[in-house]
Amino acid sequence: MTTALLAQPGAALAASAVTHAYRTARGEIPALREVSLRIAPGEFCALIGPSGCGKTTLLHILAGLLRPAGGTVALPPEQPGRLASAVVFQGICTFPWMTVLRNVEYGLRMLGVPRPERSRRAAAELRRVGLWAFRDAYPRQLSEGMRQRVSIARALATDPGVLLMDEPFASLDEQTRLVLQDQLLTLWQERRPTILFVTHSLDEAARLADRVLVMSARPGRIKADIPVPLPRPRGYREVRLDPAYGAFTARLWDELETELERPTS
Amino acid sequence: MNERRADRALAVLSPIALLAFWECLSRTGVLDARYVPAPSTVLGTLAAMTRTGELPYNVAVSVQRIVLGFLLGAVPAVALGLSMGLSRSVRAALMPLVSAIYPIPKIAVYPLIIFYLGIGEASKLSIVALSIFFLVLLNTMAGVLDLDEAYVRIARAYGARRFAVFATVALPGALPSIFTGLKLGMGFALIVIVGAELLGSDAGIGHLIWRAYQIFAIDVMFAGLLVTAALGWIATAALDWLERRVLPWRA
Repeated sequence: MTTALLAQPGAALAASAVTHAYRTARGEIPALREVSLRIAPGEFCALIGPSGCGKTTLLHILAGLLRPAGGTVALPPEQPGRLASAVVFQGICTFPWMTVLRNVEYGLRMLGVPRPERSRRAAAELRRVGLWAFRDAYPRQLSEGMRQRVSIARALATDPGVLLMDEPFASLDEQTRLVLQDQLLTLWQERRPTILFVTHSLDEAARLADRVLVMSARPGRIKADIPVPLPRPRGYREVRLDPAYGAFTARLWDELETELERPTS
Repeated sequence: MNERRADRALAVLSPIALLAFWECLSRTGVLDARYVPAPSTVLGTLAAMTRTGELPYNVAVSVQRIVLGFLLGAVPAVALGLSMGLSRSVRAALMPLVSAIYPIPKIAVYPLIIFYLGIGEASKLSIVALSIFFLVLLNTMAGVLDLDEAYVRIARAYGARRFAVFATVALPGALPSIFTGLKLGMGFALIVIVGAELLGSDAGIGHLIWRAYQIFAIDVMFAGLLVTAALGWIATAALDWLERRVLPWRA
């Protein structure tokens, strides 16, 4: 029932026996069943599963947006000027009424970080994602890929204990997605944030993560936990030409396919 | 750009053409100048009334009533509209009342207001405030309800509490709708204040028109209407300007 704020030793994020159900007019629909996971500090973890399996529900619970019906979530303790967890959403991810810079500063503003430090940290993140020149622009003047970079900069500016990413590249075109994956990999190599990356793309999971968690059909539970056997850095060409990549994505598909065929009750 | 200039030219030319046509009709005697004075006569009257200070004084009185009444109505309307948009229970509690009171023609409440508040400024400000209150309230609420839930989710994910969600999401997100309400309300404010001044007042544009009627000064009545039209146009332009300043992200 509770969200513990003390991290378990050796884990940046831990969930144990998290259960959730949605109430509807026709009764309760179970969404998550006894989901347990732990992610080590600095680890890049991907979460895949059939659509409607509760991936986003789980992420919202981990982010503290939703109270689980049962189970516990442990996040790193909140420190001054630092968020325990920051979320990068899919689709609408920026406030259209704020400039790019104000969007990136948002998390820091909510944290109560004093103004000079706030602008310094936001500026650093904006430079890192290559959008400093657009600091005074409004989101509608940017492309969707640029807006997503703004929201990544906003998350990283809060120096989060865990970065929770909810299919952030799902609505982008293929080429933009590859470029943003590259950028995210570079960011991760440099800073080593702990990341939980929800995606429906097997390729994306294989290319980005250290470890892939596979969820079952609804009600979701973690049915497989597979380390990614690919060396880093993972340039697009190198990954695609690596025979282990094909074998690995095929293995992920084996895990997923059975879930897709099973009718949900 | 060229089309824009053409639009602007048309916007200026069409009223001038109408006035020119009217002037011709008066000069050729098609319109009896005793009943329908020529535009040039009305302009002359306007100039004379400006020189005597009669016109500026009455316009200033009406403008002050509109501005103060507008603030008196709009500020609580925005606050309440935001609360109704954000909270389901506030909405459930107040919506029936709002739906019931909204369609009452506010000028019909004016006699009651005079009864309670007297014939002075308080009743004038109140009728203006009342006439715009529900328009701004409903538009504000609609603006919040139309906001994508994703914005609230982002705010909450970054630790925004109730007030921060109010100030950083609901208010800025609803501002475009709030401006729609304010612009509609401005028209109503003008209608209602001139109407109220006709009914019982010792100053203002409405009073000017009513007194002109009593002394059969038709040119002054026309002058009053012209000034009201100009005021409406200026008010709309002012709100458009304010909107561009406050909502740069919409440009």
